[in-house]
Amino acid sequence: MMIDFFFKLRQAGIPVSLTEFLTLLEALNQRVSAHGVEEFYYLARAALVKDERHYDRFDQVFASHFKGLETLFDEMIGATVPLEWLHKLAELTLSEEDKQLIESLGGWKKLMETLAQRLAEQEGRHQGGNKWIGTAGTSPFGAYGYNPEGIRIGQEDSRHRRAVKVWDRREFRNLDDTVELGTRNIKVALRRLRRFAREGATQELDLEGTIRSTARNAGYLDLKMVPERHNAVKVLLFLDVGGSMDDHVRVCEELFSAARGEFKHLEYFYFHNMIYEGVWKDNRRRYTEKTETATVLRTFGPDYKLILVGDATMSPYEVTYPGGSVEHFNPEAGDVWMQRLLTAWPHAIWLNPQNQNRWSYIPSIQMVRELMGNRMYPLTLEGLEQGIRALQRSQPPASRPEQ
Amino acid sequence: MSESRFRGTDRYVVTDDLMMAVNATVTLGRPLLVKGEPGTGKTQLAEEVARSLDRPFIQWHIKSTTKAQQGLYEYDAVSRLRDSQLGDARVQDIGNYIVQGKLWEAFTADTQPVLLIDEIDKADIEFPNDLLLELDRMEFYVYETRQVVKARHRPIIIITSNNEKELPDAFLRRCFFHYIRFPDKETMERIVHVHYPDLKKRLLSEALEAFFEIRDVPGLKKRPSTSELLDWIKLLVAEDIPPEALRGDQRKLIPPLYGALLKNEQDVHLFERLLFMSRRKKD
Repeated sequence: MMIDFFFKLRQAGIPVSLTEFLTLLEALNQRVSAHGVEEFYYLARAALVKDERHYDRFDQVFASHFKGLETLFDEMIGATVPLEWLHKLAELTLSEEDKQLIESLGGWKKLMETLAQRLAEQEGRHQGGNKWIGTAGTSPFGAYGYNPEGIRIGQEDSRHRRAVKVWDRREFRNLDDTVELGTRNIKVALRRLRRFAREGATQELDLEGTIRSTARNAGYLDLKMVPERHNAVKVLLFLDVGGSMDDHVRVCEELFSAARGEFKHLEYFYFHNMIYEGVWKDNRRRYTEKTETATVLRTFGPDYKLILVGDATMSPYEVTYPGGSVEHFNPEAGDVWMQRLLTAWPHAIWLNPQNQNRWSYIPSIQMVRELMGNRMYPLTLEGLEQGIRALQRSQPPASRPEQ
Repeated sequence: MSESRFRGTDRYVVTDDLMMAVNATVTLGRPLLVKGEPGTGKTQLAEEVARSLDRPFIQWHIKSTTKAQQGLYEYDAVSRLRDSQLGDARVQDIGNYIVQGKLWEAFTADTQPVLLIDEIDKADIEFPNDLLLELDRMEFYVYETRQVVKARHRPIIIITSNNEKELPDAFLRRCFFHYIRFPDKETMERIVHVHYPDLKKRLLSEALEAFFEIRDVPGLKKRPSTSELLDWIKLLVAEDIPPEALRGDQRKLIPPLYGALLKNEQDVHLFERLLFMSRRKKD
């Protein structure tokens, strides 16, 4: 049973190693957990999962693997089975009428009120039926029944027994790196890009090093110098705004605020759908205060890393034809400008908040992706990490000639 | 070992899962890595474990310049040089110039100590790797004196990380791991109660309400955490703010003494704007 569990975890993409598995067995052997499946779950999680991003996946594997085995497991461990109020007896398949009936019960608020009422009325344990709180019924309260607005609930006594198993609650869903982005997550991902480097001429006296080498040198002064440390990464961020990007505004804002905090040299510009001859810095004054893209191209050196954020969802004409822009007449096509950008800043990625599954159905995404030389990544934590790795991987550009 | 189980203390509330992780660490003598939002009591955990198990407590704070070697020992060449120029007899024995580090201290303690390695992610990326063998075998070799320092009792090692850097896999494999989640309302009530047992019930529930409301405001740059809540409540008590002032429906402005909760000017503006909008909607 345990070995199966181990392999299932690996299949789910959690990097569990043999060492960790043996640690878990050792802990079980020493009876670290002795009181049932919940403790076992905590122990297994502490021993096997080393990253909160994998908590959710672990929860899912745990739930599927130990479903139904819970009672067996408790006996095996030798603890008394805690009174399970809501046993899973049957999963009901209800007819359409029933479903409608349930929906007619009213909204969420109504449901909560009724719940409080019924809890007060009810005393004993209950199964089936359609009013009382219990299992496998059509009442909106209780587990494993069908009700679209149902509330899972356990024995509501002073000890706060939980209706839902800890791992069934999947509280760590938002830490999974393939799902959602939070500012904190983005910051962690962006930190990868933050590279402290010592570059340039030697500038500082390395006092520590000097003392150490002088002492080792039996007292003859041996001066050591080190270059100054500074954040070497410079980022140029282009954000698509408006139109189809409206759905993704929140994610982009988080990315932006995280990026602002992480980099010393961050320049940002907005564009719409595709980059043409003008970009702007303030979205409210976008028509009056435009910056010429050519100026931007001239201003920032090739050591800047270029990050474009946009859903690349538009008409193909906007990419390939002069005058294709939806907003103005552009004398030169979008792909011409893209080429210029990529020549100026060879370290470039495109982050796309659009769901990756849909990419292949949208021609313009394909076109932009080709333009980028496949360096388009989804705006998820995983995608961001891949993208940032790609930014770091590409050869650093030849340093600019001394001016 | 079952007698030394950690169950939280009168000053510190632990959740079941954290308790489990700590006990596994204590029993098996492997390090525990604790991650979580800032201000959720990661550092305090080690302190409280030491207190409740009645063990000596050793802290090793990591900075960006800390080297793994400093935790083991340092060879003080400068003192030796000075002594040699002064003709001190101690110069003959190199052992006089070996300065013990925190790990050495922990390894040679008389009773099993609790060692806190705080904010390991601040250090260089190689730092955890340099400690692999030492944490695994609980011994290290002193080159200058050709001596092996071996742990008399495997210390209980608690390591905290703020997630600034990814830690190497080989290091993670040797640890237990726990992620301190932000406490829910119920746990939060227990935590506040532990710190301010005499707090009026109404003030507490109003304060918590306001606190979680602020935490739920979308787009905050720095969401307030447990330690900030505790500070705020301390201020509320000190200023003798009545619970009514915190009530959502009567509240005209941002909560009193918000400076303890919102640490960012932009956040305060954002919050004011949201309140203004919600007030307008009501009118």
